[in-house]
Amino acid sequence: MATTTAQKPGLPFTIKIEPRLNVPGWLGPAVSLGAIIVALILGAIVLSLVGGDPWAAYAHIARAAFGDLGVFSDTLVKATPLIFVGLACSLAFRMKLWNIGAEGQFYAGALGASAVVLIPIVPPEAPGWVTLPVMTIAGLVCGALWGFIPGWLKARLKVNEIITTLMLNYIIVALTNFFVFAVWSEGGFQMSKTFQKAAWLPRLADFAKQVTLFRGLTTHAGLILAVIAAVVVWYILYRSRWGYEIRLIGDNPRAAEYAGINIVRNTVLVMMTSGALAGLAGMSEIAGVVHRLQTSISPGYGFTGIIIAWLAKLNPLVVIFVSILFGGLILAGREIQPAGVPRLIQGIILFMLIASDVLMRYRVRIVRAGAEE
Amino acid sequence: MDPIIILQAGVASGTVLLFATIGEIFSERAGVLNLGVEGMMLIGAMSAYSVVVATTTSDNPGGYPWLGLLAAMIAAGLLALLHGIITIHFQADQVVSGLALTFLGAGLSLVLGEGLSKAGANPFLPKITVPLLSAIPFLGPILFTEQSVLVYIGYALIPAAWFYINRTRPGLHLRAIGENPTAADAMGLNVYQLRYFYVFLGGMLAGLAGGTISLAISPGWFSELTTSGQGWIAIGLVIFAQWDPWRAAFGSYAFGALRRAILDIQGPTTLFGFNNPFYYNPYYGFFMQMLPYAFTIIVLIIGSRQALRQRLGAPAALGLPYVRGERGH
Repeated sequence: MATTTAQKPGLPFTIKIEPRLNVPGWLGPAVSLGAIIVALILGAIVLSLVGGDPWAAYAHIARAAFGDLGVFSDTLVKATPLIFVGLACSLAFRMKLWNIGAEGQFYAGALGASAVVLIPIVPPEAPGWVTLPVMTIAGLVCGALWGFIPGWLKARLKVNEIITTLMLNYIIVALTNFFVFAVWSEGGFQMSKTFQKAAWLPRLADFAKQVTLFRGLTTHAGLILAVIAAVVVWYILYRSRWGYEIRLIGDNPRAAEYAGINIVRNTVLVMMTSGALAGLAGMSEIAGVVHRLQTSISPGYGFTGIIIAWLAKLNPLVVIFVSILFGGLILAGREIQPAGVPRLIQGIILFMLIASDVLMRYRVRIVRAGAEE
Repeated sequence: MDPIIILQAGVASGTVLLFATIGEIFSERAGVLNLGVEGMMLIGAMSAYSVVVATTTSDNPGGYPWLGLLAAMIAAGLLALLHGIITIHFQADQVVSGLALTFLGAGLSLVLGEGLSKAGANPFLPKITVPLLSAIPFLGPILFTEQSVLVYIGYALIPAAWFYINRTRPGLHLRAIGENPTAADAMGLNVYQLRYFYVFLGGMLAGLAGGTISLAISPGWFSELTTSGQGWIAIGLVIFAQWDPWRAAFGSYAFGALRRAILDIQGPTTLFGFNNPFYYNPYYGFFMQMLPYAFTIIVLIIGSRQALRQRLGAPAALGLPYVRGERGH
């Protein structure tokens, strides 16, 4: 779409679409916000078409996600894994590595962290300050391993990482099911035994004796870990040499190659780091919320991470806030019928976002007839 | 574990992958990567089945399955056009737009298909045994006995697509806009218009693939489990197929047979003279479930290695937006 003009007969002005030379700073957030609003309106139209009451649904989402301290705490619980997977996607996408496998790496992390308790690698009597770090490392390593496979295949054999990461999602879910049903099943149910208390991440409610306000609040220490991870990823991307390499490869791989940057090594490393972040999400969910290994531990967190990363424009610090927003959407969305509504809205939001990018690259100008030319 | 039955069922369920893969080949040959196949297949499966449910009456217990298939193709084609607008006109990233299409298709089909899984309908599409051909030893029972009419449409599509792409003038234009849109434009082709057309065609075939599942292969609507990742397998098969319909057919039918073999292997008590572990421990079935996805990765590795060795590969302009007046890549 080069510069085009549309002259409607009889109108005293022309509409010009021309490439932007510089992008003002406020435009990015404004366009994102606009995209979300348009997406919500479109979602409302679809909802009312299928016979739902969109405003009641949205009001319900707002109340059930941010209405009081208790539900906001639950929203933060949902946001915790989303921050991790959002970071995982942001890091990989920044290098134009399409890691669609955060969902699978989430499962890998959960499986690894559970193995620490269920094999057991750490004896059940061990204190929390031993068990939890070992679980964290296990989740991180397993996630990284699940990211290593597609990373290596991409770097060495030029195998399309979009499809390999996606296929690995299905494989790890089947593997998790095998362990849940055949190895660690408790009494034939599709879940393992509940972990010992030492394997639970501390919650705000655990400190209700000291601070009465915390009574019943489920927000757990995984959130702190997630925020730390966001700061670390931000530092890596924007303040470190490695981050500079990642961004250069993402923007211009040929220039990066001429600059002597090792693309093969960076591909593997970034995929592993991305996998490790998603693995941490699985660990924090297992140790902070579920407290056992069971089937379907994720309602598609890994895929939501893709949208979050895009909405945050791949900025790790913005990921935190977007995740809280989406945490609320998922929390409140559970009770909304039909069940596909949150997914539908997520899809529309993503579509609107990429469509609105055109506003970042082009400007629409209304020129009065005769003012130019 | 009768190999004839496995291959026969493999050809039937492979037809789903065949439609989706050939559809994606058209889209990618035109230079537009559409990762939304899974979403388009879901929309197609849901539309086809809901049309049959809606048209089922006591006089007509089978509904109108052909109308259902038409609806599936149009619905999925329209969804693909959305991808077309975003990537062709707005020049958005094709990967992200394709992902968005997957979300949108899945969400839309779940919302619109609410309650559809409980609706009992018996879509009736004829199964055909071809008189003379079915008597051919080995191939007859596999290819031409008791197969759905859609399977035969699949047979016809393979040579037709190959011929169209490689031996006709519009096929030459198709390859031109995917390999070198700037030159194609200079030749006087309307790159935008042609890309829209092939994206729409790809979407229609993905919709047909979805409709084939919900009306013929495993009739019904089972939300996301209806497709269970076959759209992504199709995208993998395109790479394995090197954008060639014949190789796509081979891959699709092989995958279909694999899916059937996984189901059948849990039946017998002995395998090759040994106790069948899948019979005595049904949990090993989880490992069998991984196989189609693991094989997709293997097939991709094979395809990528061949592409590297033979310097063949993706259409040169695949994934790149065409901007008129800018220098070509």
